[in-house]
Amino acid sequence: MSTARLTILIAEDSAADRMLLSTIVSRQGHRVLAASNGLEALALFQQERPQLVLMDAMMPVMDGFEAARRIKECAGEALVPIIFLTSLTEGEALVRCLEAGGDDFLAKPYNRIILEAKIKAMDRLRRLQSTVLQQRDLIAKHNEHLLTEQRVAKAVFDKVAHSGCLSAANIRYMQSPYALFNGDLLLAAFKPSGGMHVFLGDFTGHGLPAAIGAMPLAEVFYGMTAKGYSMAEILPEMNSKLKRILPVGVFCCATMLNLSFQRRVVEVWCGGLPDGYLYRAASGERVALVSRHLPLGVRDAASFDSHCEVYPLVLGDRLLLLSDGLLETCNEQGQAFAEERLLAVFAANRQADRLFAEIQQSLSDFSAEAQDDVSMVEVVLVDEAALNRPPLDYSAHGLISPNDWSASFEFRAQTLRHFNPLPFLLQLLLEVQALRSQAGALYSVLAELYSNALEHGVLGLDSALKRDAAGFARYYSERSQRLAVLEQGYVRFHLQLQPEPAGGRLLLRVEDSGGGFDPQALLGQTLAPGRLSGRGLELVRRLAERCSYSADGRGICVEFCWSSQAAGDDRFGG
Amino acid sequence: MTISTQLSADEQELTIAIQGRFDFGAHQAFRDAYERVESTPKRYLVDLQGTTYLDSSALGMLLLLRDHAGGDHAQVRLLNCNSDVRKILAISNFEQLFQIA
Repeated sequence: MSTARLTILIAEDSAADRMLLSTIVSRQGHRVLAASNGLEALALFQQERPQLVLMDAMMPVMDGFEAARRIKECAGEALVPIIFLTSLTEGEALVRCLEAGGDDFLAKPYNRIILEAKIKAMDRLRRLQSTVLQQRDLIAKHNEHLLTEQRVAKAVFDKVAHSGCLSAANIRYMQSPYALFNGDLLLAAFKPSGGMHVFLGDFTGHGLPAAIGAMPLAEVFYGMTAKGYSMAEILPEMNSKLKRILPVGVFCCATMLNLSFQRRVVEVWCGGLPDGYLYRAASGERVALVSRHLPLGVRDAASFDSHCEVYPLVLGDRLLLLSDGLLETCNEQGQAFAEERLLAVFAANRQADRLFAEIQQSLSDFSAEAQDDVSMVEVVLVDEAALNRPPLDYSAHGLISPNDWSASFEFRAQTLRHFNPLPFLLQLLLEVQALRSQAGALYSVLAELYSNALEHGVLGLDSALKRDAAGFARYYSERSQRLAVLEQGYVRFHLQLQPEPAGGRLLLRVEDSGGGFDPQALLGQTLAPGRLSGRGLELVRRLAERCSYSADGRGICVEFCWSSQAAGDDRFGG
Repeated sequence: MTISTQLSADEQELTIAIQGRFDFGAHQAFRDAYERVESTPKRYLVDLQGTTYLDSSALGMLLLLRDHAGGDHAQVRLLNCNSDVRKILAISNFEQLFQIA
């Protein structure tokens, strides 16, 4: 390998030696700068930036040690090799040369061949250093670029992900700001009916590939929740979307909750996340919410199973969901936090509302390092009035609003098996601007009347089953079995809007094909506290302006009214 | 982590054995294990006897193998799972996709 032409600085006070060296070095094809003392050498270095220095140790004005120190300082990160020219032989003097920043020695008298070899060797080192520096700068630049991209992506994503209600008073969560890039996703949204959907997901992998599925998932979650779709409709949509867009091998372990404050139940679907827990505050009982399904994005639509487990709740009951990052958090000895430690925190807990903080404490006692891939969320069943629910946001289509019309719908067995008519009906009714402020109450009433008509009327289920927790589960499994094989029956909705001088009125009548019930018994009953059934109709009575039953027990009629002055009485927001 | 493969004498069955941690670091080696086989085996065995740890990206890799082996018609068996590995497979309900022994 031939050496490239270098500029070499020679600092040597003896004129004869200087001449000799200059001749040797220029014959080897290099450009020579010559200085007769350290100070001159430093000045020449600053002016000409030579790539290599041959430096005599003993010189007047400024000696070679000091000059070497200053030149190294001046060169900064770049390697400018300095070879000391010395007749010194005692070890201590040679050590001083190295300490001053020298890279090698050359003993006098000079040997041309050794000098050439040393210049070549030092040039190799110099190039290596320069390549390393270039690559380091490139990596730093790329990293900076990546962080900027992540910041932008995070800012965009935060707008989508945090459009929900994670800040609601009954939710506590722990998630690092960059958890998204560990593939963790936490979403929560109020349903139009006033309940809440909560979603914790954990994508396979890390970094952008893991974050990429989060956006479409959040959109489906918020979009469909706002339109009044149920969890059983949202989950298959999420699954299909992920299956369609993600490569094989990337999927999302997830748990979704559908919490109903009024009915005091929670529906749970869990696919692939570690056990979550239902913690009953009063008794301290702990029910594991076990993964029963494959993660989202694995199954195709035909074989996806959105079957949920349903649990009755009382005020103060807590649901705790976590990602596997929590259980896999390691301490300095490389042990994992693991389920045993988590369960020990549960066992030691005396005050349910301290549980979340106790888990956090236990985790930080266990491992001093900050964890950036741990996600945990706690949702408490509270009295809905305690939640500061923001008004529903429906985009206005202009000022003209249809206020005088009526419509009737009949949904028959085949449709009832697969289709939830509520989002469709709600969207239609919300074309009436004056009703928008009551959207929550309206949806709740529609939902209650529909499930009443479907479950008791069409499917013939007896709500007395729901007296205890076991019956509760039986009721919901019976519901899905009967619905799956439904051949006959209908649910009818009659909507009638009447303008009035100072506002207007919606009359809503729901009928079904069932055998009917005794309206007097229903209207007269008072709700026993702690009962798991009968909340639905109580709710309808409270939310609607007026509520009456047809004589044959097959139909219910409710009324909503609005006044054109007030924005509407938002009964539901409380 | 080391991954070794063995093809049965009749070339119908490929055994992939994973020693140590089965995580994202094994990605390329695991793919090579079934993609760089001359023949097309009908059955795949993943031997997890020496596997100390398995994370969600390993689950993703198993799905890739399943896809490679014919998706819903794939014959992939996971052998010698220890209790930790078995637990991770159970949480993800992978017994619906693989035969686990």
